[in-house]
Amino acid sequence: MHLLLAILVGILYACGLYLMMRRSMLKLVIGLGLLGHAANLLIFTAGRVVPGAVPLIPEGMTTPSGPIADPVPQALILTAIVIGFGVQAFAILLVRRLAERTRTDDVRELTTTEQLETQTGTGKGAS
Amino acid sequence: MRSLILASATRVLLPLLWLFSVFILLRGHNEPGGGFIGGLVAASGVALYALAFGPAAARRVLPADPRTLIAIGLVLALGSALISTLGGGTFMTGMWSSFAIPVIGKVGTPFLFDIGVYVVVVGIAVALVLTMAED
Amino acid sequence: MTPLLLYIVFGAFAAAVIAPLLVRWFGDRASAVLAIVPASVVGIVFFMLGPPPDGLLQATIPWIPSLGIDLSFWVDGLSIIFVLLIAGIGTVVLVYAGAYLHDHRDLGRFLTWIMVFMGAMLGLVTSGNLLTLFLFWELTSISSYFLIGFLHDDAASRKSALQALLITGAGGLSLLAGFILLGSAVGSYELSAILTSGDAFRSSEWYLPGLLLILIGAFTKSAQVPFHFWLPNAMAAPTPVSAYLHSATMVKAGVFMLARLHPVLNGTSEFHVLVGTAGAATMILGAVSAFGQRDLKRLLAYTTVSALGTLVLLLGIGTETAVQAAMVFLLAHALYKGALFLTVGIVDHETGTRDVESLGGLWRMMPMTALAATLAALSMAGLPPMLGFIGKELLYEAKLAAPWAPWTITALGVTANILTVAVAALMTLRTFGGASSSVRTAHDPSWQMWGGVALLASLGFAAGMAADLVATHIVGPATTAIRGERVETSLGLWHGVNPVLLLSLATLASGAALYALHRPIRRMTAGWRPWKAERAYDAALAGMLASARKQTLWLQSGQISTYLALTLLATLLLVGLPILAFWPQLSMVVAMDLALLPTVIAGMMAIAAFLAVRAKTSLGSIIALGVVGYGIAVLFLLYSAPDLAMTQFAVETLSVVLLMLVVAKLPEFRQMGSRSTRLWQAGLAGAGGALMTLLVLFVTAEPARMTLATFYGEASYALANGRNIVNVILVDFRGLDTLGEITVLGIAALGAVALLRLVVDKEDGR
Repeated sequence: MHLLLAILVGILYACGLYLMMRRSMLKLVIGLGLLGHAANLLIFTAGRVVPGAVPLIPEGMTTPSGPIADPVPQALILTAIVIGFGVQAFAILLVRRLAERTRTDDVRELTTTEQLETQTGTGKGAS
Repeated sequence: MRSLILASATRVLLPLLWLFSVFILLRGHNEPGGGFIGGLVAASGVALYALAFGPAAARRVLPADPRTLIAIGLVLALGSALISTLGGGTFMTGMWSSFAIPVIGKVGTPFLFDIGVYVVVVGIAVALVLTMAED
Repeated sequence: MTPLLLYIVFGAFAAAVIAPLLVRWFGDRASAVLAIVPASVVGIVFFMLGPPPDGLLQATIPWIPSLGIDLSFWVDGLSIIFVLLIAGIGTVVLVYAGAYLHDHRDLGRFLTWIMVFMGAMLGLVTSGNLLTLFLFWELTSISSYFLIGFLHDDAASRKSALQALLITGAGGLSLLAGFILLGSAVGSYELSAILTSGDAFRSSEWYLPGLLLILIGAFTKSAQVPFHFWLPNAMAAPTPVSAYLHSATMVKAGVFMLARLHPVLNGTSEFHVLVGTAGAATMILGAVSAFGQRDLKRLLAYTTVSALGTLVLLLGIGTETAVQAAMVFLLAHALYKGALFLTVGIVDHETGTRDVESLGGLWRMMPMTALAATLAALSMAGLPPMLGFIGKELLYEAKLAAPWAPWTITALGVTANILTVAVAALMTLRTFGGASSSVRTAHDPSWQMWGGVALLASLGFAAGMAADLVATHIVGPATTAIRGERVETSLGLWHGVNPVLLLSLATLASGAALYALHRPIRRMTAGWRPWKAERAYDAALAGMLASARKQTLWLQSGQISTYLALTLLATLLLVGLPILAFWPQLSMVVAMDLALLPTVIAGMMAIAAFLAVRAKTSLGSIIALGVVGYGIAVLFLLYSAPDLAMTQFAVETLSVVLLMLVVAKLPEFRQMGSRSTRLWQAGLAGAGGALMTLLVLFVTAEPARMTLATFYGEASYALANGRNIVNVILVDFRGLDTLGEITVLGIAALGAVALLRLVVDKEDGR
C-alpha cells in the first residue's frame, strides 16, 4: 500500500500547492487545508502503515501482545491535526475580514498595509 | 437559518456529546481517546448549539468564557507538572495513586495533565467557532 | 585573589547597569560617582595586587563546564600596564565627561556605554582564554559603535559609527577565524597552553593563515594602513570618547593583541615583514596626513594613527629593546594624547570651534588649560624631562638596532617624529600662543575639565623624572610578559652623548624649522590627500547595498505565488536532483500489494482533491476538502491509528461547521490569472507533488526502525501506567512538548480572537 499512499500524498501536495498559488484568497485557504492533510499523511506513511496493529496494551498484560504500529508518528500527527485546525480556522477568519474590509479577494491587490487603510477610509484617525 | 429539527435534536445531543467527551477523556490513558479528542468532541457540541440557537445562546450554556477556559486548562496542565516538584522531584515526574478506579485505572498527575489539555482544547475551539459565528 | 579579579572586570559592568539611575539621583555628578569604580581598580592594582612576583596571576572560574569553557584570567605585566591605562584614564575621562556633557539629556546612556566599554576593555586585557578574549574584543567594537554614534541625530555621526563597526567587526571575524586556527593547532584556547606552544604553532601549516587572520583583526582595530581611515572619521564622537577610546585604549587593543601573542607569532620573517611594513607605512602616513589638517581633532587623530603605526612597527621589530620602547611609548602616548584630546574638547567647548586657523591667543583667557596642554605637548614633541623623551630615545635605539633595514626604518621614524614635533607645536602655539583671534569670550572651564588635562600631563612629567620606578614596576614586567623571558629594565633621561641623542636633537631642530615654515607648506598641500583607502570601503558598501536592493526587488515581490514558486524551485533543485542519484534503488519498493478498501478510499480522496481544484463554487471546493479530510480519517482507522481517526473526524466536523457558518459571507470564486500562468504553476505544483511521492517511497524503501516503538511499547505500562501508548507519549513521555504546544495554541487562539475583536471594535467606533 505504500506506493499507493505515496502517490496520494503527491496528489494532495500538488493540488494544495497549486491552489495556494491562485490569486483568490479562499482558494489559498483551501490549498492550505489540503497541504495540511498531505503533510499528515506523509508523516503517517513514512512511519509505515500496518493494518490491525493498534498501539494499545491489552488488559491484563504489561507489553503489547504483538508487533504494533509505530506510536511516535501517531503522537506527532495527533498534535498536528489540532494545530492544523487552529491554523485553518484563523486563516478563514482572516480571509473573511480581509474580503470585508478591502472589497477584493485578489491577493495581488494586498500589496501594502497603507492601501487597506485608504481604501476603506478608516485610517489612524478613524478610531 | 434556524431549524426546528436541528433545535430539538441539539437540546438532546449537547448533554450527550458532553458526556461522551468526558468518557473519551477518562478512558484516554488506556483505550483510544484522550484530552485532545475529548476536547474537540465537546467543542463540536457547542458548535452545534451555536448553529441551532445562535452564538449568544451558545455562550450562555458554557460554564465560563472560552478565554477563561484556556487559562484554566493551562494552569491545570502546568500545575500537574509542578506537583512532583513539591516533593523534591523533577519537573513533570509522573505521580500515581496506589489504588485503581474503574474505567480510568490508576489516577496520576498525567491524568490531571490530560484534563488540562481537554479544557484548553475546548477553550480554543469554542473561542474560534464563536468568534466566527458572531462575526 | 579571584574576587578582586572579578571586581576588576565586572565592577564596570555592574556600574553600567546602574548608571542611568545614578544620573537620576546625582545629575551631572553621577559621572564622578562612577569614576570611583575605575579609581578603585587603579588602587587595587597599585596597593593590593602589587607587581606580581613571577609576573603572573591566574584564576579560573568554571563558566560552562559542560562545554569546557571556563572564565579564566591571566594577569601579567602586560595586563597590568593596560589595566592602569584603561582604569586611570577612564577615571579622568569620567570626571571630565560629567562637565563636558553638562545637562545633556542622554548623559545616562552615555555613561552606561562608556562603563560597558571600560568593562569590556578590562576583560579583554585580563582574559586568560582566547574565546572569552574574543567576546570582550567584540564588545569593545559594539560599545564603540554606540559611543561614536552617541549624537545619533547627526547623519555624519551615524555613518562614522557604522564605518567603525563594519571595519572593526569584519576584523573581529577574521580574528576569530585566526583564533580557531591557533586554538586547534595548539589544542587549547587557554593562554597558559598557547603561550608555551609558540614553536609548535610556528612550525605548523596553519601558522601563515592564522597569522594573517589575526593580523587583519589587530590591524583593523588599531587603524593600520589600509584600514586606518575609520579612526579620523570616528572623531564624530563626543570628545571624551575620542580621548578615551580612540587614543588611549580601544585603538591600542590591536597593539595589545600583537603583544599578547608575541611569544607565539614573533620570530619568523613573515611576522617581521608583515607587521613591520604595516607599522612603518601607518606611522609615516599618519604623520604626513596630520600635518595638513585644520580640524584639531582630526589632526590629533592622524597623529594617533602615526603613533599606532610606531607601536606596531616596534612590535614587528620584536627585539628586547624594541618591545621595551613600545611599552614606554605606549604609556607616554596615552598620557599626552589623552591630555591633548581633552584639551581640544575644552577649546571646542569654550570657543565653539576646532579650526586651528581661526584660533589663537587663548593662553590669556584660559591659562590653566594652556599650561597643562603645553606640558603634554612637550611630551609629545619628545623633550626632556618628559616620559615622551625617554620613549623617543628608546625608539631610536631600537630602530637603529633593528635586525633588518635599520637605516630605512630609522629614516622613516625620524621623518615621522619631525612631523610630530611640528604638529605638537602647531597644536599648542597656534591655539594658545600668538595674537588673539576672533574668539573673545572663552575662559578656563571648571576644574573637572582642566584638572584631567593637568593630571595626565603631570603624570607624563613625573614618569619622566621617576623613570626608574616606571621601569621596574611597569615597563619591566610588561616587557617580560611580551618577551616570555625575564627582562631587567632601567630607564633614564641621560645616557651621554651618543647617536641617539644626536638624532633627537636633529629631530627637534628640523621639527622647529618645519613649524616655522608651516604656513606656506600647509597652503601648498591643502587638499592634497593622496591616500584614499576609504574609497574602496565606500564602493564596497555602495555595491553591497545596490545588489541587496536588486536581489530584494527580484525575490521579494510581495506575491505569495512568487514566494511559493521560488521555494518550490529551490526545493526541487536541492532535494530533487540529489534524489535522482538514488534512482536505481527505487525498483525495490514498487511492489503492488493493494487492499480493496484503502484503494477505494485513496481513489476517492484523489478525485476529491482534483475537484477541490476544479470546483466552480466555493461551496463545492469546501465539500471536496471535507471529503479528503474524512478520507484521511478512514485511512487512519484502517491502519491502526484509532486515536488519529477520532481526532480527524472531530476536527473535520468542526471545520465543516465553521465553514458552514461563514460560507455565505465568503467571496465567490473567480477565475483570475492567465492560462499560461496557470499552466506553469500547475507544472511546478505537479513537480512538487511528484517530489513528495518520491520522498515517501525512498523513506519506506529503507528498513523500518522500530527502536522507539519497542521502547514505548515496553515502557508505557511499566513506567506510566497507561495502555494507550499514543496517549501516554502525549501526556507523559513527551508531556513537556504537549505543554508547550497547548500553550502556543492557547496564545494563538487568544491572539486571533483579540485581532478580530479589535477590528470589530474599531469599526463600531468603540
